[in-house]
Amino acid sequence: VSDGWRILITGIGGGLAAGLARRLAAHEGADLVIGVDTQLPVHDLHTTRVVRADLGSQVVSTLLEQERIDTLVHLAITATPGGAAGDRKEHNVIGTMQLLAAAQRAPRLRTVILKSTTAVYGSDAGNRSMFAEDAGTHADSGYARDVVDAEGYARAFARRRDDVVLTILRFANLLGAGVDTPFSRYLAMPLIPTVLGYDPRLQLCHTDDAVEVAFQACLDTRPGIYNVAGPGVLYLSQAARIAGRPTIPVPLPLVDPAARLIRRTRMLDVPTDQLRYLSYGRVADITRLRERFGYEPRYGARATLEAFLREQGISPLVSPQRLRSWEQRTLGLVRRVTAGRGAS
Amino acid sequence: MSGHDPKLAEVIAIDRPARQRCVEPLPGGGRCRNWAGPSGRCRIHDADPVAGTGNRSPDADADVERFVAGVLQFLRRRITGDYDVDVFGFDRQLTEQVVLPLARPLYHSYFRVRTTGMEHVPDSGGALLVANHAGALPFDAIMTKVALLDDHPAHRNLRELAADLALRLPVIGELARKTGNTLAHDDDAVRLLAGGELVGVWPEGYKGIGKRYRDRYKLARFGRGGYVRVALRARTPIIPVAIIGSEETYPIVGNVRWLARLLNLPYFPITAQFPLLGPLGLLPLPSRWLIEFGTPIPVTDYPPDAAEDPMLVLELSDRVRDTVQHMLYRNLMGRRSVFF
Repeated sequence: VSDGWRILITGIGGGLAAGLARRLAAHEGADLVIGVDTQLPVHDLHTTRVVRADLGSQVVSTLLEQERIDTLVHLAITATPGGAAGDRKEHNVIGTMQLLAAAQRAPRLRTVILKSTTAVYGSDAGNRSMFAEDAGTHADSGYARDVVDAEGYARAFARRRDDVVLTILRFANLLGAGVDTPFSRYLAMPLIPTVLGYDPRLQLCHTDDAVEVAFQACLDTRPGIYNVAGPGVLYLSQAARIAGRPTIPVPLPLVDPAARLIRRTRMLDVPTDQLRYLSYGRVADITRLRERFGYEPRYGARATLEAFLREQGISPLVSPQRLRSWEQRTLGLVRRVTAGRGAS
Repeated sequence: MSGHDPKLAEVIAIDRPARQRCVEPLPGGGRCRNWAGPSGRCRIHDADPVAGTGNRSPDADADVERFVAGVLQFLRRRITGDYDVDVFGFDRQLTEQVVLPLARPLYHSYFRVRTTGMEHVPDSGGALLVANHAGALPFDAIMTKVALLDDHPAHRNLRELAADLALRLPVIGELARKTGNTLAHDDDAVRLLAGGELVGVWPEGYKGIGKRYRDRYKLARFGRGGYVRVALRARTPIIPVAIIGSEETYPIVGNVRWLARLLNLPYFPITAQFPLLGPLGLLPLPSRWLIEFGTPIPVTDYPPDAAEDPMLVLELSDRVRDTVQHMLYRNLMGRRSVFF
């Protein structure tokens, strides 16, 4: 009998889950990787077994027990499960509750890893500049509120099952292979609407780093809450400049109508609760990730954005190389003028 | 007020020239009042073959080239997003090359700021600067920033702890953050100090900046002494700073409470010039300023858990406040006139 890990991943349709499944499948220590989702994944998952099921269904609790799952990775919490806000909450909050209820009766379970988000800290001018993990959560509504609730259920679960190690990973905005979030679509827009007079600081997390952190949390016991993000920040205006995309500043009173308009064009589903983020931004402190978790992110904010732009095939209207050559030409002109005068 | 013309050429200064005015006569009479370089002329008149007097040197040409190269490089880097901001949002390039040059005429020509005791500010490492606050609009913070960047030998950037109102306002909030302001929160301030930054705090807060003219240079309560807690935690010295002149820029004679409440502001001041003179009343009075940096107050003698002792924190805060008050009185005694 082998004693390798037996892992169940929820939300296997997502890019992060797919990356983790591939990473685990390539590792000898993992005996079994099962992915669960409400829809079948489009990503290549190698040897992972995929089961189509609701988080609340009997299928999941049967899997947990019969397959002797020891590690549960709950990544199915999402900002846009498709459908109305009610569906989102049903999926995120009720789904998590039911999953953890089933997990409580899984005898061999040793580790639970929950995907959370730094959005739980909220966005406000009255916020501190950097959130450490022990800062209180501040989310009144929407997706962030769902995640706060899900974290609460997970912690309650960990109290009841003190033989299980709970790891909560609060990811900054994920960008990278297979990630399709409102934020990634926002950054890929041909014209980026911004809030006039505000410029949020963005903190980004590359999927490679996110996968690696989740992978290490599966391998080793890493109890506690960790912010996961690349080092450094970019201003939104700066990100748009790097992408070479023009911004359209929208006056604050028109932001809500503009968001509704954009939603109607179906170009982008802007979650209204995230609009404040576009005014005030948010940065989490990753000291604990570095020092206690022992992980040093490979992609900083700029590198994450640049990788994303490459992958999406987004290139600036005027390339930096061309700008540089214009610069050189102008400088050459000035040199010729001054040199000519020196000779006369 | 001054005839200074902030041309683009002046705004994007690459290195700081000596503080003299350009001697070049202008065609319409009068003199060019731009800052002069080593040649005694500003960059424009040094460079312009028409306005130049013919005694140009290869040095001047090299200067022009360097200057043009600097401007071009600056523009390219801004356009392509090729600049770094720290996690607090401080945009050093924007601050030093755009915002500070705009504040410099105010510093030199308008308020004619002098500084003393600059040797008390360390060349490196963290320190908490604590100053008096007044004048309806925070010109005192901006002038202190210019003083430390221009007049300190190590050209240090001051990181101000600001109220959330300042960071909430559109445009102003964005600019405040990019120029190094951050919300006055203990953890953030400790982090900045521990990172070796100079942090400025105006503990009187709204009470100070909105104080009446008759109360000028009488320090209001220094908040709850949170800044002392910060210094104790970061184990960095407190440098008392007295700013003379700022308390006469907007003599506040009244406060319209209901309007302040309506606009959600901490105060709505009636000053000697506002709203009487309309938009012109927004202009501060041209008082002559002096900024004194006092002897640092070390905190390393206190035990590490001293920040948790409210009694000690309040005592130390009182001491700092008394020191600043004393510095203010001493300098006011030596002052000949408010404006000259």
